[in-house]
Formats: sequence, structure tokens, C-alpha cells
Amino acid sequence: MSPAPLTAREANLIGCRLCHLLIPMPKEPGHCPRCGARLHQRQPNSIARSWALLIAAMILYLPANLLPITISSSLGTSQSDTILSGVLYLLNSGSWAIALVIFVASLFVPLMKMVILVFLLVSVHRRSRWRPKDRTRLYRLTELVGRWSMVDIYVVTIMVALVRLGALANVDAGPGAAYFAAVVILTMFAAESFDPRLIWDRMEDCDE
Amino acid sequence: MKSLMACHECDLLQRIPPVSEGRVALCSRCGAVLFRPKRNSLDRTIALNLTGILLYAVAVSFPFLALKTQGFVREAALLTGMKVLYQQGMSGLALVVVLTCILFPLIEMLSLLYILLPLKFGGTLPGAARLFHSVQVLKPWGMMEVFMLGILVSMVKLAKMATIIPGTALWAFVLLIFVLAGSAVSLDSHLVWEKLDRRP
Repeated sequence: MSPAPLTAREANLIGCRLCHLLIPMPKEPGHCPRCGARLHQRQPNSIARSWALLIAAMILYLPANLLPITISSSLGTSQSDTILSGVLYLLNSGSWAIALVIFVASLFVPLMKMVILVFLLVSVHRRSRWRPKDRTRLYRLTELVGRWSMVDIYVVTIMVALVRLGALANVDAGPGAAYFAAVVILTMFAAESFDPRLIWDRMEDCDE
Repeated sequence: MKSLMACHECDLLQRIPPVSEGRVALCSRCGAVLFRPKRNSLDRTIALNLTGILLYAVAVSFPFLALKTQGFVREAALLTGMKVLYQQGMSGLALVVVLTCILFPLIEMLSLLYILLPLKFGGTLPGAARLFHSVQVLKPWGMMEVFMLGILVSMVKLAKMATIIPGTALWAFVLLIFVLAGSAVSLDSHLVWEKLDRRP
């Protein structure tokens, strides 16, 4: 037997999302007296902001994958590589472990992250009561793995620094790299804007 | 209201019994980590961040990697790639890399020392709470460990066409990754917030 769950909002309290200080609900919106973070019962416009950032990320995902992220030249021949062609090249040259790392970090993770965020946003829109704990877990996962997508950007940074041997071999960054970095950053902001407490609010609506 | 807490992920109010060091308080509804008291949290975090600053200084000032092929040698420092990106007109991209791998980690280490060293001796410096707030907001944007993975990937990629010579800075960088991970594990932000709390 468990007591009826009570949230801070129902008890007319507010918990700081950053430093976890719990204080009585102030009359006007203000800042946390301990850490200075803005206090919100729920993040303002969480859903709208997440959607906006997410849609922007989805749009940029196209040039990020269609434009070359590196342009390498060697003895007069030059070759442009997109993320996918880079992965295929690594696979064909036998570096399957590296191919897997890049595939997971650059293709699988950003795509999964966008799919999960769309799913979470739609589920909140539809006032879903489906497995809130698992949905919170999905949210935590997107927050945790998102940053690892930056690995390809760093590989490009290191390649342009090292492979600079004049006519012999040269690697330049392509425009796709900038779009890709923007996708990673936008999805990180989108995940940050999403307030997981919204998943749980529907549970209380139904309890009443 | 001290032992009462609202989960930051599902807003559930719950009474938290005292949690011993090394244990973790989880939200009873959604399973989020509420806090995790650590043994010697302050001492360890301070020691690791002091070490981190030293390693950081080595990592940014010494040669990082060198590439040798057919008599050519190309040496690069940690910042070389960012400089090249900037020269190629990709200043936005260069800025992202500089912020996430150079600037944010440094700001984090220096801020933690500014906040924690006085706490150790029972005081606080002005703006410490504000600064700790920023440290926690910036936390996910410091990506040195992701850069480390990038180094490994590049080394495997380049090993086919040339000889890679690791420089002094690379070893410092590898150690720094472990030190930063240790610092993240030993920092108990719940404790820091309680100590920083100067409200009447």
C-alpha cells in the first residue's frame, strides 16, 4: 500500500530544478534564493521550444548528411566525403570498429535522439499515461548520449590539423561539418528545453 | 523542510531519510538520482581539479601529435586544428570546438577551485553560488572526453597512411580525461549547495 503521490505543485511548493531547493510557491515568478536559477513550476513554453529546436535540427540534418564533411586531396586528385561515404569507406578498408563508432555516433545517435524527442513530445501532447517511468528513462538517455555525436567534428578538427602535407596529402573541412555541429547543438538544446515533469503531470490529472 | 525534496524530473514530493556516504538517494517514482553523498567529497574534488589545471597547462602548450610520412613531418598542438578551421573560413565550427574542448573545461576547473577551496576552510567568496549555478549549466557542454574518442578514431584512420608520433601533450590529455572523470564522480553538488546556502 502506497500513499497517494503528492507533487510539489499540488502542495503549493516549488523545487528548484538546478539546486533542488524546495520553497513555498512565491506569489510572482522569481529566482531561486540559493542558486539564482529562474524558478518555474514547469519550464515555460517547454513544448513549443523543444519543437522549434527539434524541427530546426531536422532541417539541418539534411545538409549535414548530404554535403561533404571533409575534402581530401592527394597528389592532384581530390575526394569529398559525406558522413555516410566516410563510414562506407572505413568499412571497405577493413576498419570496421572505427566505422561502427562513427556510424553509431554520427548517424544512429542523432537520428534516434530526434525520433525519441518527437515521440516524447507527441506523447505529452496526447496526454498519454503510457509507461511514464520508461519515457523518463528515454529522456535521460537522450540527454546522456547526445554529446557523443560531436566525435566526428573532433575527428575532422584533428585531421585538418595533421594532414597538411602540401601536394602530398591535404584534408580540408567541408560545409557539412558545420551543419552537423549545428544539428548536435540544436538537439542538445531541444532535450534541455523538454521538461520531463510534463510526462508525470498527466498521471496526477487522472488520479484526481 | 530540510528532509523534504521534490524530484527535479517528476516533481514528486518525498521525505528523504539520511543517506550514508557512498549510497544514493533515488526518486521513489521515476528513479532519478536525487543526490549521492561522497566520502571526502571536498578534498578529493579540490585535489583532482588542482591536478587537472596542471595537466591542462601541459596539454595545451606542448606538441600533441605528429604525422610522419615519406620524409615529411607535420606537428600539431591541441589548438592547431581549431586555428586551421578558422583560417579556412569555418569560424563558427572553430568556435564550437574551442568552447567545448578548451574553454568550458578550463572555466569549470577554475570555478570549482574558486568555490570549493574557501568552503574547505569554512568561508565563501563573493558570487560563489552564482558561479556554481553556471558550472552546473555548462557541465554537459564540456566535451573533452568526446574529443579523446575523436583522437583515437583519427589515430586509427591515419595509421594506414603515415606514422603517428604521440607528443607530450597527448599523454597529459589522456591523464586529464581520467582526472576530470574523477572530479565529476567525487563532486557532491547537494553538499556544495547546502554549504553555500547563506540564507538566514
